[in-house]
Amino acid sequence: MQRFLQLPGAAVRPGGREADQEAASPVLAPEGGAPPWYQALQPEELRWLQAPEEDTTPEESLEGPCPEPGQGQSQSQPLRHDDLKAMLDTNKDSLKLEAMKRIVAMIARGKNASDLFPAVVKNVACKNIEVKKLVYVYLVRYAEEQQDLALLSISTFQRGLKDPNQLIRASALRVLSSIRVPIIVPIMMLAIKEAASDMSPYVRKTAAHAIPKLYSLDSDQKDQLIEVIEKLLADKTTLVAGSVVMAFEEVCPERIDLIHKNYRKLCNLLIDVEEWGQVVIISMLTRYARTQFLSPTQNESLLEENSEKAFYGSEEDEAKGPGSEEAASTALPTRKPYVMDPDHRLLLRNTKPLLQSRSAAVVMAVAQLYFHLAPKAEVGVIAKALVRLLRSHSEVQYVVLQNVATMSIKRRVSTGPRPALVVQQGMFEPYLKSFYIRSTDPTQIKILKLEVLTNLANETNIPTVLREFQTYIRSMDKDFVAATIQAIGRCATNIGRVRDTCLNGLVQLLSNRDELVVAESVVVIKKLLQMQPAQHGEIIKHLAKLTDNIQVPMARASILWLIGEYCEHVPRIAPDVLRKMAKSFTAEEDIVKLQVINLAAKLYLTNSKQTKLLTQYVLSLAKYDQNYDIRDRARFTRQLIVPSEQGGALSRHAKKLFLAPKPAPVLESSFKDRDHFQLGSLSHLLNAKATGYQELPDWPEEAPDPSVRNVEVPEWTKCSNREKRKEKEKPFYSDSEGESGPTESADSDPESESESESKSSSESGSGESSSESDNEDQEEDEEKGRSSESEQSEEEGKKKKMKKRKKVPEGQEGGSSSDEGSDSSSSSSESEMTSETEEEQVEPASWRKKTPPSSKSAPAAKEVSLLDLEDFTPPSVQPVSPPTVVSTSLAADLEGLTLTDSPLVPSLLSPVSGAGRQELLHRVAGEGLAVDYTFSRQPFSGDPHMVSVHIHFSNSSDTPIKGLHVGTPKLPPGISIQEFPEIESLAPGESTTVVMGINFCDSTQAANFQLCTQTRQFYVSIQPPVGELMAPVFLSENEFKKEQAKLTGMNEITEKLTLPDTCRSDHIVVQKVTATANLGRVPCGTSDEYRFAGRTLTSGSLVLLTLDARPTGAAQLTVNSEKMVIGTMLVKDVVQALTQ
Amino acid sequence: MSLGEYEKHWKSVVSQSVCDYFFEAQEKAADVENVPPVISTPHHYLISIYRDKLFFVSVIQTEVPPLFVIEFLHRVADTFQDYFGECSEAAIKDNVVIVYELLEEMLDNGFPLATESNILKELIKPPTILRSVVNSITGSSNVGDTLPTGQLSNIPWRRAGVKYTNNEAYFDVVEEIDAIIDKSGSTVFAEIQGVIDACIKLSGMPDLSLSFMNPRLLDDVSFHPCIRFKRWESERVLSFIPPDGNFRLISYRVSSQNLVAIPVYVKHSISFKENSSCGRFDITIGPKQNMGKTIEAITVTVHMPKVVLNMNLTPTQGSYTFDPVTKVLTWDVGKITPQKLPSLKGLVNLQSGAPKPEENPSLNIQFKIQQLAISGLKVNRLDMYGEKYKPFKGVKYVTKAGKFQVRT
Repeated sequence: MQRFLQLPGAAVRPGGREADQEAASPVLAPEGGAPPWYQALQPEELRWLQAPEEDTTPEESLEGPCPEPGQGQSQSQPLRHDDLKAMLDTNKDSLKLEAMKRIVAMIARGKNASDLFPAVVKNVACKNIEVKKLVYVYLVRYAEEQQDLALLSISTFQRGLKDPNQLIRASALRVLSSIRVPIIVPIMMLAIKEAASDMSPYVRKTAAHAIPKLYSLDSDQKDQLIEVIEKLLADKTTLVAGSVVMAFEEVCPERIDLIHKNYRKLCNLLIDVEEWGQVVIISMLTRYARTQFLSPTQNESLLEENSEKAFYGSEEDEAKGPGSEEAASTALPTRKPYVMDPDHRLLLRNTKPLLQSRSAAVVMAVAQLYFHLAPKAEVGVIAKALVRLLRSHSEVQYVVLQNVATMSIKRRVSTGPRPALVVQQGMFEPYLKSFYIRSTDPTQIKILKLEVLTNLANETNIPTVLREFQTYIRSMDKDFVAATIQAIGRCATNIGRVRDTCLNGLVQLLSNRDELVVAESVVVIKKLLQMQPAQHGEIIKHLAKLTDNIQVPMARASILWLIGEYCEHVPRIAPDVLRKMAKSFTAEEDIVKLQVINLAAKLYLTNSKQTKLLTQYVLSLAKYDQNYDIRDRARFTRQLIVPSEQGGALSRHAKKLFLAPKPAPVLESSFKDRDHFQLGSLSHLLNAKATGYQELPDWPEEAPDPSVRNVEVPEWTKCSNREKRKEKEKPFYSDSEGESGPTESADSDPESESESESKSSSESGSGESSSESDNEDQEEDEEKGRSSESEQSEEEGKKKKMKKRKKVPEGQEGGSSSDEGSDSSSSSSESEMTSETEEEQVEPASWRKKTPPSSKSAPAAKEVSLLDLEDFTPPSVQPVSPPTVVSTSLAADLEGLTLTDSPLVPSLLSPVSGAGRQELLHRVAGEGLAVDYTFSRQPFSGDPHMVSVHIHFSNSSDTPIKGLHVGTPKLPPGISIQEFPEIESLAPGESTTVVMGINFCDSTQAANFQLCTQTRQFYVSIQPPVGELMAPVFLSENEFKKEQAKLTGMNEITEKLTLPDTCRSDHIVVQKVTATANLGRVPCGTSDEYRFAGRTLTSGSLVLLTLDARPTGAAQLTVNSEKMVIGTMLVKDVVQALTQ
Repeated sequence: MSLGEYEKHWKSVVSQSVCDYFFEAQEKAADVENVPPVISTPHHYLISIYRDKLFFVSVIQTEVPPLFVIEFLHRVADTFQDYFGECSEAAIKDNVVIVYELLEEMLDNGFPLATESNILKELIKPPTILRSVVNSITGSSNVGDTLPTGQLSNIPWRRAGVKYTNNEAYFDVVEEIDAIIDKSGSTVFAEIQGVIDACIKLSGMPDLSLSFMNPRLLDDVSFHPCIRFKRWESERVLSFIPPDGNFRLISYRVSSQNLVAIPVYVKHSISFKENSSCGRFDITIGPKQNMGKTIEAITVTVHMPKVVLNMNLTPTQGSYTFDPVTKVLTWDVGKITPQKLPSLKGLVNLQSGAPKPEENPSLNIQFKIQQLAISGLKVNRLDMYGEKYKPFKGVKYVTKAGKFQVRT
């Protein structure tokens, strides 16, 4: 698939006007003094030979600090080099540095500094690190040219490889591997192997980078390098992951089998890998998934599927090996029902959050992954992210628009002569307006946006699109206008309804003053007329008149062709046009001449009486034309149409030949069929296969064995030797990485959170299809090993969602069956855990010192726990069993998090429905005290602005809970709480209900407060669904309408929706709306309309809700409220409730 | 003006002649913005970006996602900006050695190595006058000799051992209104794009969480890698350990179902007379739904048609310039005072004999409203964990015009 930036050289050039002038003659020297680096145009060796003479141009200002001004041209150069040599030979670091800086400046400008090689290379062992670095820069640049001398430096690097400082080890390896001297290949190989098991992940990362370097120098080393890659692929640090996958892609992209064992790990690490690594890993995994999983679209539409298959098959069978292996695309389906491989799901789930990355490259990588791998229904999520990228730099826009163009066209599948809309998934349709064009966009962006707009146009939005196009037609940018006309043509062909409108519009353009516009219109009109010629005699006449004025050859040719083709519609004008053209024949462009011959021939066949002489005249002229095409055509035509003695056979059929009905042209996007290239790739952008492009394989017919991805225990313990090394290295990075050891630092805390989260999701991923609760069991065990601190912080964060836990019946917690996949993976991670804890103890003190952040922030970590986790007992007091159960619920929570695509809010809201119970404190977290709450929707007696919340306590522990009351709340401004009276004692097994009032101040902010018992405090929070912030009011229909009329404009929020079949009856609609929001129904005259009214509790603003439901299911929801935020959220919630 | 052109090679050396393909494309494109970002040559591919009047060109030999390269080049430009205060030819020329050292650290064999500015700054210290003086006296160098701590941790964006005497955290909520207003004054398209830029100067390893009064306004958000995604998903709270210094925390789009309030309106009448070499130009700007805040820093930019020779206008407020070469009219209006609406009136001189322009130019408007986030987004609170000191916290709101265009 991809290989990376093998060779970027950054040439920086000023743009603007000076640059333009410069660019006019890049090779010729501008008078300001010949930039000597242009000489580099000559072959490398030549330049090297000639170097001394070439560098004799006057000093550039860049060399300002250089003492000698460039005077005596041919002498100054050696002089200066001598001077630099002298500086390099001194003992003073500052002089050396100065010299090196100048040399690097020379290199940067492309000047040859290679004759300084001996003087520079001596300094490779210099103590001053900056000098050293610059020497490295020099060495890497020139070593290939001076191999013998370069060898002198090798021993320094070999020494560097043993340095205790990891930065020096890494940079020695970097330079050593960058010196392209074949003799040292064995040394490099050795160094890479050594570094691959270095204890510093940074050095290992450098080793991964060195692999492709060595490979490009000597490809015979491939087998050995693959071994190293295999080893590094097993590395568990995020730092290494991206680099080693890059090496994999460059050296052995075909060895997909190396990925199996690491697949799940890579998926889980992905979110923590740096951005560049993410891009590489995602595109590699895309290819991997294409070979290992079944197509998720398999059963969706057989018809479409087949046409797609055929398309892929034909492209790839001949093109590539891997494709043809599986491309038994002719085998027709007797398919099993499709079940997505849990690993496939894992990949989709773990990449999705990356759509919100700040890096455009990552977003694009995820988008292409979804496009190529996700079920059709899920692809839509990428649209929003891609549209966001349109705000970025224009280069980013350019690339993204190209891809959007391909994606948006994908949905049309051509069947038969006319393109038909088969599937219009319309994922970009809601963003139509984001593709509107501004006059300030660069032309290339405008044209791409136009492409997308055209692709998105359909029956419903075409009026809007055409109105937009009308604006574009008047643009000053003529290339863009021409493209717009083409786009109108395409809309007209695709959408029959507007064909006449478009045609009329285009005809009007014929009177435009700009010739290019007219010409383009003619060409498009020609294509459109071809589709329905009969009724357009008038237009053809109009066009015929234009031949006098239009000079653009293509347009003239088009008109002539049209007249010839439909000469029976314009029997009187056609011969006249031919007369005129015959007159000007010699002055015409070739393309026009050819069409004149064509016209003449057609007229001769239909109307030989009037045109015989003219035709002969034209043919004679053509016979002596300079262009042989024209001569040929004339000769050929003459033989065909003019009956002669021998050629009779053909001329009888001449009419059929010339006047055969011609199929109408299909106007289609240039982006059609581009999607056989992997999206986001260079090849896709260029629409041509780039060097090193890895074909995206077709889905396999039969799923390969999924068990290859199961990670076995021996994988980690196989070789004791390696294990030992691991132990050595572990303390170092487990510490800095914070793999949840007991001495966790503040900075690594969140990391461990996400790690364990991803772990749990991987667990569930592997066993998803069989039984979820089993996995959670193992999760439990695993969690035991974790530090309780991190566990709690996770717990704290997710507490609100504990109610989800109800999903997992508690009886199952003791179950112990497990399927193979989750079993092995969990045990492997278990073994990992134990090895880690051991290492923790072995950990040498010296490493501690080297990682200041952890030691420094250790107290900080404590503070985090204090602030965050007040509702838990300190770890030491906590009994062993509760956390295991907690983690079960945690796993369930996390699962809910990662599995559902919908945002959190609705999922929280939906079960509320006025009476639904929400969990406030789980009995495990509460040490036996379970607390639920409901919104009772009764007015709170103390204060009418408060929402009344019923809180149910139950004591499931075996000791009475005493002194239950509300502790000091931490409330956002405006929110206030009316506490419930203290409950003195709650006996075991008993439960009780109290009422408390909360004034949420018309916002959905959570009210956080403490529940205190005599011994404990629990932090809890209640977040109201927006629907609970109001109370019903009763209005008459007239009052309702009056109030509604006052609340228009910004206060009105409207949303269209489609009601599912299940929710079309009055009763259900009313029930769903009132369950979502505490509103009162307003009587209503018409049967299809539902009205509800309420007032927000705190400010008493009216909230009016209207639902206009058609019997077909289409519905429109309108909310009018002064509180725009509440209105918006209410609309969301109600729509969610209704469409569920 | 001398012309600068700098090259840096990774892996084997590519002859400079490949750049000729680029120069050719540059010459062909009428406008610098129209140089295709990806150019295919027989043996190489050139991917370029144009920024701050500089082209950054990279030469690619094999398949690579183009955005990967583009993103990297922009990151390089960002780094230069960060180091030298500006990314200009002069800055690069003055610091060519640092540029070289930076590039060396940023890319290894074509694969990005360290791109976070916090890490780079530990490896290579940004140039300051003071440091260069100190270095020349003490002989110490700009290059660090230990591996930056961030490089190995899970928070590569933050450097270790940060110390400040005044601990401060500032957040700028900047919202831009992108809009297209049609001839009749109705809104064709409008949307709010916002960013939160942070300037964090906090010692140690602070763990911040920023919450909003109305987080659900945010429809589509992209995050700095420091933000914990799960926390946002579940609680709509931004929780993060910030990089040191300036960075962009999030950028977001406000859900499109909210109507966007357009703060200004423009009355315009631009006409060119047929067969005469003059036209009339008259625009007036007024406030609309300004939420009680003054609209400041209004600038109107108009790209006039090519046939316009000169413009003879009178502004009632501010000053205008017309560049007869680029045909760009710029009117610097300043503040709007509702009592007297600013207007710009006068005559347009056209090239005689040329046909009158068909389209009226569209007006690009810039403005700024302080202390207002037009979407209504409000930061609720900022909490810091992990450190003991009390930081000074500040939030600033600004609304600006983004790509705000009025078609006439």
